[in-house]
Amino acid sequence: MSQADISVEMRPKLVGTRVKRTEDPRLLTGTGQYVDDIKLDGIVHVAILRSDQPHALIREIRVGDTSTVPGLIGIYDWTDIEGEVRPAIPTSRMKGYYATPYWPLARGKVRYVGEPVVAVVADSRYAAEDALGLIEIDYEPLPFAIRQVDAVREDAPLLHEEAGSNVIVERTFMRGDIDDAIASAPVVVRGQFRMTRKTATSMECRSYLAEYDKRRRALTLWTSSNIPGIIRDALSDALDLPGSRMRVVAPDVGGSFGGKGSLYHEEMLVCLLARKLERPVKYVADRLEELSSSSQAFDQLIDAELAVARDGTFLGLRCDVIGDIGAYSIYPWTGGIEPVQVISFMPGPYKIEHYHGRVRAVLTPKPPTGPYRGVGRPSSTFAMERLVDMAARELGMDPAELRRHNLVSDGEFPYRTAPGIIWDQSAFQQCLAGAREAIGYDSLRVWQELVRAEGRWVGIGISSYAELTGIGSRIAVAPGMPINTGTETAIIRIDSTGAVEASFGIASHGQGLETTLAQVIADELGCAMDDIVVLQGDSSLVPMSSGTYASRSAVIAGGAATQASRLLKGKVLRMAAHVMGEPVEDLEAERGWIRSRTSNAGMTFKDVARAVYLQMGTIPRDIREDLTVTETYDPFLGTACSSTHICVAEVDRETFGVRLLQYVVAEDCGRIINPMIVDGQVHGAVAQGIGAALLEEIVYDDEGQLVTASLADYLLPLASDVVDMQIVHIEAELPNNVGGFRGMGEGGTIGAPAAIANAISDALAPLGLGIQTLPATPERLFQLIRPHLTNSKENMT
Amino acid sequence: MTEHVTITVTVNGTSHTRSVEPRLLLSDFLRHELNLTGTHVGCEHGVCGACTVLLDGRSARSCLTLAVMTDGHEIETIEAQGTQEELSRVQRAFRDHHGLQCGFCTPGMIMTITDMLRHHPLESDEEIREALSGNLCRCTGYQHIIAAVRELAAERGPIE
Repeated sequence: MSQADISVEMRPKLVGTRVKRTEDPRLLTGTGQYVDDIKLDGIVHVAILRSDQPHALIREIRVGDTSTVPGLIGIYDWTDIEGEVRPAIPTSRMKGYYATPYWPLARGKVRYVGEPVVAVVADSRYAAEDALGLIEIDYEPLPFAIRQVDAVREDAPLLHEEAGSNVIVERTFMRGDIDDAIASAPVVVRGQFRMTRKTATSMECRSYLAEYDKRRRALTLWTSSNIPGIIRDALSDALDLPGSRMRVVAPDVGGSFGGKGSLYHEEMLVCLLARKLERPVKYVADRLEELSSSSQAFDQLIDAELAVARDGTFLGLRCDVIGDIGAYSIYPWTGGIEPVQVISFMPGPYKIEHYHGRVRAVLTPKPPTGPYRGVGRPSSTFAMERLVDMAARELGMDPAELRRHNLVSDGEFPYRTAPGIIWDQSAFQQCLAGAREAIGYDSLRVWQELVRAEGRWVGIGISSYAELTGIGSRIAVAPGMPINTGTETAIIRIDSTGAVEASFGIASHGQGLETTLAQVIADELGCAMDDIVVLQGDSSLVPMSSGTYASRSAVIAGGAATQASRLLKGKVLRMAAHVMGEPVEDLEAERGWIRSRTSNAGMTFKDVARAVYLQMGTIPRDIREDLTVTETYDPFLGTACSSTHICVAEVDRETFGVRLLQYVVAEDCGRIINPMIVDGQVHGAVAQGIGAALLEEIVYDDEGQLVTASLADYLLPLASDVVDMQIVHIEAELPNNVGGFRGMGEGGTIGAPAAIANAISDALAPLGLGIQTLPATPERLFQLIRPHLTNSKENMT
Repeated sequence: MTEHVTITVTVNGTSHTRSVEPRLLLSDFLRHELNLTGTHVGCEHGVCGACTVLLDGRSARSCLTLAVMTDGHEIETIEAQGTQEELSRVQRAFRDHHGLQCGFCTPGMIMTITDMLRHHPLESDEEIREALSGNLCRCTGYQHIIAAVRELAAERGPIE
């Protein structure tokens, strides 16, 4: 009985511990393999001539003397590939929506600076770039409206005539009577909020390599993508190849943050060129191409107003959003992905009865917007949390107290928000309380009064938000879009050597999922973690794979891993019971050993595998079971992850630069698989939020040209721009979810811009100023503050 | 066609003689001529630091260096550090502190930190942040990298 006393349930588990990452040794030693590290015999390289016009017809493409470029293999424009590829069309059932098709190369017309027009293939990238200089394109410029406020007008020049309008998505969500709520409210605060255009900017630029296998008439694409399964399905359609002859692999991928989460022209291009030339074809974007042709984000103009009762109760919220989605609706998400999420999540984690949200997504001659970490919610949270602080000031209430008063509380779950999002069991109030306690909120306010008296511009900013993560099959980003994001399949098998191989449709690109999923499997299956290999990032592993995005992998792949491991464990124990001659209910498995609770009998997973697969006759054929399981998990609705950020910021009175002095995040991501990895995700996401709040901005001038075309102009946060963060983990129980995990990779990016904007606004409150546009660069702050300094007779010079 | 130049460069202790175009970047020379793909290229304009190597013992941007400029010089890349089985001390600190996520900036970070540990005091977090401010990381928010460097600097002690 002594063994029963230390039952498996009582022993230390891997889930919840700081297991060092399986991925690290290869990545630390430079042994990782990113797309550009792959070498194949006969490889050729692509360079792309991109449009320098925002909107123009292509009249003529002329090529000079090609004999001057040794190594040149071919020059291709759209007429050379016509008929070899079908366009990508991001379909959706959204009413009135127009799905703009896109081809690998511009087809007679360009619609943004940076759009691919001509592809050059040569035996080196140097030679291919040399040949770009031989090409001249005659454009006939067309009129355009570069700003969304102009493009949305009825008389604006059309970017896609077939659409009949630049507005290709228009949606409205409403509940109750917003007009009455606002008219009768004692306090109404309003503003026009904007997070300017940005881009994801992973450190590895987009990279693609396609190989054509003539024998099998099959293509393999290695891509720096976080959605290889979705890309496989898209290319299968575009190139008319069954999935069995179209494989898409995402090897080590150097970050994405959403920027590598859509179908790109160049992915289609290298595949069709590889098939055409019957040679491996590689394309690697340089940083200029990355900044001018990868998907962009934000850039919604949000007019919003919040009606509040005297006691602080939120009565109603209205917002009108114009999203600048660039020149095309992105595949597969559609141009609605960001702007529609803004009005879907605008009420945040608060109880608000009356709501009216309207959004229009408008085409402008810029690169398409696509998913970026947080998708829509950085902007909606920024607008909402600013309104909350503005209301607190108007009411003379503490902003933390006003949030506490309105957050959905424990007894009120599940709570259905006006746009129809269902918040279930999540620690909204506990996160707020946890962040307040960790930063010492009350004494911080006292300290703030002291330093204000010294003339310093110091402010405290809060933001609370919730996000829907691990979204199941019930909810689609765009209704009727061509993909399923809501399920994940795990195939786990034990082979004849006892090794465990677990395959998934996800595509880790920095999240450490090879480690965390192995932790889950080791605990649930009872095998040794070292015996597990997690395979992912390859469309050939499971029948339907999609990838890693939308904070889905831990929740959905973790759920599939849990279910599959439990089923496989049943098989292992049944086979072991037969070999050992013990009742199956007496057996338990841990770290690769199967032991009986009632005797000294024991065997390893390897012994079981040999008995099943190799030692014929050991297990009678009528009870023999293969040690393989395929299991699909669908969380249906998804899980609510929530958080409160509190930070302290100071605006320098001479430089107008903002310095962060303190930063606390309290978050509930449910049961934590690996606290070290969760911390890392929070740190990284908050750093990106700091970038969005203070530094990062994609700027197009009135001529439609990109002004911020290098990393010296598009500023990413440096080590010296980021502050030490303190993290409070609240692991609220999640009863209706396998594994109890909530997705958490995006959150920091959602909370940080709002918290920082509120801190800066709090710092400037004595001047009567608040932030409505991010990033709050020194230039913007200078322009904002200067007139008020003159009025208040403070002399700046 | 551009004239080629013959250069002899010592990389990770091994001497290599190659005939290269004068315009060939050191980063491309290492990655494509010598197949040392651990050195990554992130921006090709000297901002991100992903391509950092040691040139005669000091950190240098291999994307802003022409291969011909390194004729007769010594270069150390990430491949000169530890192996998967036996990580170097800097690599081990990165693993222990979870100082990497996607791993793309990591080789450049490790080469920079190797240089900094040899030549800079790194006595405060502020100094460490300053020392790392030439290397961009988009994943980690730097906090775990700083923790790793803090530990390495403390272990090394004060420098002359």
